[in-house]
Amino acid sequence: MKAFSTVTGLVAPLDRANVDTDQIIPKQYLKSIHRTGFGDNLFDGWRFLDEGAPGMTPNERRINHDFVLNLPRYQGARVLLARDNFGCGSSREHAVWALMEFGFDVVIAPSFADIFYNNCFKNGLLPIVLEKEIIDDLFRRATSEDGLELTVDLVAQRITAPEGMLIGFEFDPVRKEKLVKGLDDIGMTLAERARIEAFEAKHYARMPWLPGAREKRS
Amino acid sequence: MASATTLYDKVWDSHHVGTRGDGESLLYIDLQLLHEVTSPQAFGGLKLAHRPLWRVTANLATPDHNVPTTNREMGFDGITDPIAHEQVVTLDANCREFGVEQFEILDPRQGIVHVVGPEQGATMPGMTIVCGDSHTSTHGAFAALAQGIGTSEVEHVMATQCLAQKKAGNFAIEVNGRLADGVHAKDLILAIIARLGTAGATGHTLEYRGEAVRALSMEGRMTLCNMAIEAGARAGMVAVDDTTLGYVHGRPFAPKGSLWDDAERYWRTLVSDPGAAFDRTLTMEASTLEPFVTWGTSPELGMGISGALPDPAAEADPVKAESIRLALAYMNLRPHQPITDIHLDRVFIGSCTNARIEDLRAAAKVVKGRRKANSVKQVMVVPGSGLVKAQAEREGLAQIFVDAGFEWRAAGCSMCLAMNPDKLGPGEHCASTSNRNFESRQGFGGRTHLVSPAMAAAAAIAGHFVDVREWL
Repeated sequence: MKAFSTVTGLVAPLDRANVDTDQIIPKQYLKSIHRTGFGDNLFDGWRFLDEGAPGMTPNERRINHDFVLNLPRYQGARVLLARDNFGCGSSREHAVWALMEFGFDVVIAPSFADIFYNNCFKNGLLPIVLEKEIIDDLFRRATSEDGLELTVDLVAQRITAPEGMLIGFEFDPVRKEKLVKGLDDIGMTLAERARIEAFEAKHYARMPWLPGAREKRS
Repeated sequence: MASATTLYDKVWDSHHVGTRGDGESLLYIDLQLLHEVTSPQAFGGLKLAHRPLWRVTANLATPDHNVPTTNREMGFDGITDPIAHEQVVTLDANCREFGVEQFEILDPRQGIVHVVGPEQGATMPGMTIVCGDSHTSTHGAFAALAQGIGTSEVEHVMATQCLAQKKAGNFAIEVNGRLADGVHAKDLILAIIARLGTAGATGHTLEYRGEAVRALSMEGRMTLCNMAIEAGARAGMVAVDDTTLGYVHGRPFAPKGSLWDDAERYWRTLVSDPGAAFDRTLTMEASTLEPFVTWGTSPELGMGISGALPDPAAEADPVKAESIRLALAYMNLRPHQPITDIHLDRVFIGSCTNARIEDLRAAAKVVKGRRKANSVKQVMVVPGSGLVKAQAEREGLAQIFVDAGFEWRAAGCSMCLAMNPDKLGPGEHCASTSNRNFESRQGFGGRTHLVSPAMAAAAAIAGHFVDVREWL
C-alpha cells in the first residue's frame, strides 16, 4: 500500500447524504478481475447521461455538465467533501479504487459507513470525520466563488487553507501509523503466526465440528 | 461468576486470537464464503506474494452475482457477456488451483452464496463467517458472527485466517408481540430501517430479540439479519433456540452423531445472558406493523402500505429535505401520493433477502389461481439456489408462477443488482423482494420499491401496490 503523505488540493463538494457505493462505482464495472481501471467510471450514473459499459472511454459518453465533478472549476480536485453516511451499501472495495484512481486522496464527511471506511485504510485513501458545523462551513467555502484549496497533514492531524483557516481532526493513532508508513496488513498479521497457530489448535479441539478441523496444515 | 455477556460478546471472545502489535484485535475466522466478483483480486494478491491459503477447508465458493438465469444447462457458455464470463471462469480456475471446494455453475447446489451456506449446513451457530459481500450478515440468523468485508480483507483472511478489526458495540432490537397475518420478516426489517435510518446502527452489531423474532422461522430470521447492513450494522444476530437447531440438523455439512451432541451442548449457550448490557436498544411492537413499501432511493425511505409520500417542504432538516426531493424526482413520484397509487412495470422475486423456499411459498399462496396484470411487462421469480428451485418445482410452486404468467428462472443474484442480463429499463418501476433501492441498482435509470414476497406477488397481480392482507 502506498504511504500517505501531506496532500494539498482543491476541494470538490458533493452535497448529498447517504451516497452509496453503487453510485460511486456501478455494478457493470465490477466484472473486472483487476484492481485498476475504475477511475473513468467513478460516479458513472451522475457524471454521464447515458448508460456506460466496460470498455467505453469517457469521450464516447454523454457528459452530464451539471454534475459537480464535471464543472471546470473542480477539475483536478484531490479532496472530496461529502455528507453523512458516505459509502453506505455494498462492500465493493472497487469504490475506494475508483475514487483514488480518479484522483482523490482524501474524503471529508460528517460520518462514513463502516465497510467503506475500513476499505479506505487498506488502500491509502484518507477518510476524515469532521463536525457537521465545520462541514457546513467547508461546503460554503468550496462552493463560493473562490473555491477552496486545503492542505491535509495527517501526521499533525491538521487541515489548513491558504487564508489561514486551521482545523484539527481526531484520528485513531494505530490507523494513522499504518497509513503514514504504508504498512502491509497481511505481513503484520503473519508476524503473529505462532499465536494464530496456538489459538487454532485449542479452537479446533474445542469445536471439532468446524470445517477447518478436518485439515492438517503443513 | 462471570458477568452477564451478550451473544455477540460470546462469539467474539471465543474467536479472539489476541491483539496484534499495532493494537488491532485478530478475530479467527471459521468460514470464508467466496464468489466471483470480490475474490479475483484477492487470489491475485496471494499469487503475487506467493502466499498459500492459511486453511483451505475453511473456504467455500459458488458463482452467483454474474450467472445468467436462463440457459443454465450451457454452463460457462451460457454467459454471453465476455467480461462476466472471464470472471466466473476465473473463480473456477482459482478454486481449482487453491483446492477450494466450489459449487460450480452446473452443480445443483449452486446458488446465492448466502442461501447456499445455510442450506448446506456450512453455516453453523457460533461460527465467525466472512464474505466479500455486505449481505454476509444473513448468516447471523444462526447466532454466527457474519460480516461483509472488502477485497483486501478477503485476501487477509485467505492468508492468515484472521480478520484484524475493532470490536463493535452491542445493539438490541427488541420486537414485542407477533406479526399479523400477511406481515412478514421483510416488513419488520424495512420498518426497523425506517426507524433507525441507514446509518443508525453504524459501529454496532445488532441482536434481534423478543417474541416476534422467536416466532420467526430461520428463513424469516435470515431476512432480518440480511438487511442489518441497510441499517449500517456490519452484523446482525439471533440467539440459538430449537428453531435454529432444527434447521441445521441433518444438513450435509452439519456434524453427525456424538459430534452433533457436543456441538448442540455448546450451541445452546449461544444466547445473551439475562441482564447482559447493550450499548443501545430499540423497542418495536410487531402487532401494529403493516406491510411495508419503500418509495425512495435509500432503504430508509419507506412506509406502511396505507401511507402517502412525504413532502420535502415539511422537513425541517435541509439535508433530509434535499434527500426527499432528490428521491421523489428520481422515482418520478410526488408528495402526498398514496403508496397504493404506485404502478409497476416489472416485479422481481428473488435475492439473498427473499429467495428461499418459504419466500416462494408466501408468493405462490397469493398468486395461486390469479394472473399477472397486463400492464406489468415481466415478473421474474429467481430461486436462491438450485436446490430451492428443485424443491419449489416438486411442491408445485413453479407451476403456479408459470400459470400466472411469471417467468421461472435458474438460481443467482439476478436483478437484485443486475450484473447479469436481468435488468430494468430506464424509468421502470419494480416491486422487488431484494435489499437495495439505490439509483440504477436494478438497471440504468430503474426505480426500485422494496417489499416482501407476498407484497411483490400481489403487486404483480394488481399492477400497483395493494395491501396483501386484504387478499388472505
